[in-house]
Amino acid sequence: MASTVRLSQIPVGSRATVRGLPARSPAFLRLREMGLSPGTPVTLVRTAPLGDPLEIQVRGYSLTLRKTEAENVLVEPLPAAD
Amino acid sequence: MPDPAPETSRSPFPGGRLPVYALVGNPNSGKSTLFNALTGLKQKVGNYPGVTVERKVGTTYSQHGRPITVIDLPGTYSLAARSPDEAIVRDVLLGRRADTAQPDRIVCIVDATNLERNLYLVHQILDLGRPVIVALNMMDLAVAAGLDIRVARLEHALGVPVIPCEAVNGRGLVELRLAMSRADLPLSRHRWDIPAQIAPAVSELQASLAEHDGKQPLIARAEALLLLTDHDAVRVAGSTPLSERTDAILSGWKRRWVELDVDWSGSLVNSRYDEIGRLCAEVVRRSTRAGPPVSDRIDRVVVHPVWGWVVLGGVMALLFLSIFTLAEYPMNWIDGRVASLSGWVRGVMPPGDLRDLVTDGALAGMGGVVVFLPQILILFFFLGLLESTGYMARAAFIMDRLMSRVGLNGRSFIPLLSSYACAIPGIMATRTIEDSKDRLVTILVAPLMSCSARLPVYLLMIAALLPGARVPVGDKVGLMLLMYALGTGGAFGFAWLFKRTLLKGAPPLMIMELPQYRLPRLRDVVLHMIERAGLFLRQAGTIILAISIVLWFLTTYPKPDTPVTAQEQIAHSFAGTAGRVLEPVIKPLGFDWRIGIGLISSFAAREVFVSTMGVIFGVEDGRGADPVPLRQALRDARWPGGATLFTPLVCLTLMIYYVFAMQCMSTVAVVKRETNSWRWPLFQIGYMTGTAWIVCLVVYQAGRALGY
Repeated sequence: MASTVRLSQIPVGSRATVRGLPARSPAFLRLREMGLSPGTPVTLVRTAPLGDPLEIQVRGYSLTLRKTEAENVLVEPLPAAD
Repeated sequence: MPDPAPETSRSPFPGGRLPVYALVGNPNSGKSTLFNALTGLKQKVGNYPGVTVERKVGTTYSQHGRPITVIDLPGTYSLAARSPDEAIVRDVLLGRRADTAQPDRIVCIVDATNLERNLYLVHQILDLGRPVIVALNMMDLAVAAGLDIRVARLEHALGVPVIPCEAVNGRGLVELRLAMSRADLPLSRHRWDIPAQIAPAVSELQASLAEHDGKQPLIARAEALLLLTDHDAVRVAGSTPLSERTDAILSGWKRRWVELDVDWSGSLVNSRYDEIGRLCAEVVRRSTRAGPPVSDRIDRVVVHPVWGWVVLGGVMALLFLSIFTLAEYPMNWIDGRVASLSGWVRGVMPPGDLRDLVTDGALAGMGGVVVFLPQILILFFFLGLLESTGYMARAAFIMDRLMSRVGLNGRSFIPLLSSYACAIPGIMATRTIEDSKDRLVTILVAPLMSCSARLPVYLLMIAALLPGARVPVGDKVGLMLLMYALGTGGAFGFAWLFKRTLLKGAPPLMIMELPQYRLPRLRDVVLHMIERAGLFLRQAGTIILAISIVLWFLTTYPKPDTPVTAQEQIAHSFAGTAGRVLEPVIKPLGFDWRIGIGLISSFAAREVFVSTMGVIFGVEDGRGADPVPLRQALRDARWPGGATLFTPLVCLTLMIYYVFAMQCMSTVAVVKRETNSWRWPLFQIGYMTGTAWIVCLVVYQAGRALGY
């Protein structure tokens, strides 16, 4: 597997593939249930005006999560499309 | 679709009745719109006993005009519940609640523009072993977004009827009703691969649930799967607990998996999504579209680092202004109606206690309830617009960072802001907060936001405090701002404190969908608004009415033997006695027993303080306040020793008292309703009034020490 980083670390506008969610609390289960399962591509669309939370695009819709939550999502950055 | 069989002859339900449907779906999937479209005004709104989750039941009609019951369940993303609302969905569908029979069939509404995530819930629902109809909503928007959904293939893959529709304009509703009228809905034959490590646990739990918990085989399987993803299962009042045997099996498996490092719940979610992914690849075709979608273009402005604040400020200012200014006209009108009604009663009834009970107790209490309606209606109209357009989620997104400083999330922002106008609609608006602890903290601190009922008290005290006929505008504004700052600071301070001590919870979450922007549907917004107002009248109204009759009694009895003025009468009443009893407690704050009466009577509502002062200081009869003579009377008021009662320091202390103290029976009634117990409203009275006393003591005594 190529090197993974935390979802909170990728630059705004970039794409990545979810590789894993090591945390197992119910809260992170909900993140999976919202579609962040391994292999899913995500795009970091923007951050809120104060820098947190983040808005990501996943499975065709927009989802927000805080940086502290995004730290628990491991992703593999994808090269920029077009 | 084949022709439906005649519904009466082949109905599989006892007595030939028609099936009861549950309507489920993700938030923002158009579920309320569909429910309103199906049932029209034939809806009954109430509460599930023991929890503050709304229970909505409506009636729609089959193709032959026979009534079909539809239970509208709260919107949810998953059956693995994280909030009381979601727990209700799970428990009703699994037949775990004694108060609601398990629905015979399920209509699952799906947002066609967001098929993958919506199918996750469908996937769980299909496991329930009940006939399911999928209503594929927002087909028009899906087409506009360049999505081509092959309905027939989807229907085939899921094994249940899939009805494309557009709930907003009624397209597809006839077909949906037709499907709902069918006597012979097929059970889904869909199968999915449960991960190998988990499959034995599912079978074992399924067997135990069937044997020890009396579950039907199909439900038992669904329940077994759910137990594995529902670790910290949210339990709500009214749901039946697991048998000991099943519980032991469950914890046994969990122990084993922890040892083997198996992520059981995660792998169940993943395998569902794997199947959904394969399904979507087969049924959805995407055509390339030109440019980003409209929502994204709107968001470039609405959540822009600079413009975002401008838009938010503008929306909030508009909301605030309309509650403050628009509501004033109907509120004055209601006050006028109540006054003339009680005047009429005074004219037709013979003088006496009964007449006073009707006018000063019952009618005044009713007026006190109805007068909140304009604010509630306006606020909920606006909130409905914000919610249905999709802006509400953006406001929460923008404010989340600030709210997180005190341990709340962005969802608490609008209820708290609304509380500047009035805590009652503010507290009623906390229903959008998913996390029950966050919601409770928001409810607890909302009445600290300086509401409009405090204004008359502030204005009277400022008038008494500042010398001269005309109050300099600068001083007045400065004092007002100080009061608002104190209230706001107090609210956030206590939120911080409660989140760290009393209501410590998991780290706050902000996992929230930002729905696509949509045009609001006026009909749904208005229905929602009327529903809220009705709930307030029915459930808080009765408590408010009761408390106002008690307060009337306390300020009226016992009556002196000889007829006296209103001033002497209130001094002689229970409230007057209580004021004197209270004096030693409030004297350290610089208040005497007459102010004490004001504090007691204004528990009805803060602004009552002004009219009580009018009565006590003999300026007026309690109806219609003219502040100028009252201000003079207050300035002339003396302690028995001859010292001035309303010194500037006392006026300031009294204002601060009203910032913090819980002086509003209507708020108490609404908090009782929203938290479903007397525990939290009593706690709220205690902590707020206690804080008021301590802060006032410090301010007054420090002021005295400094020579004021």
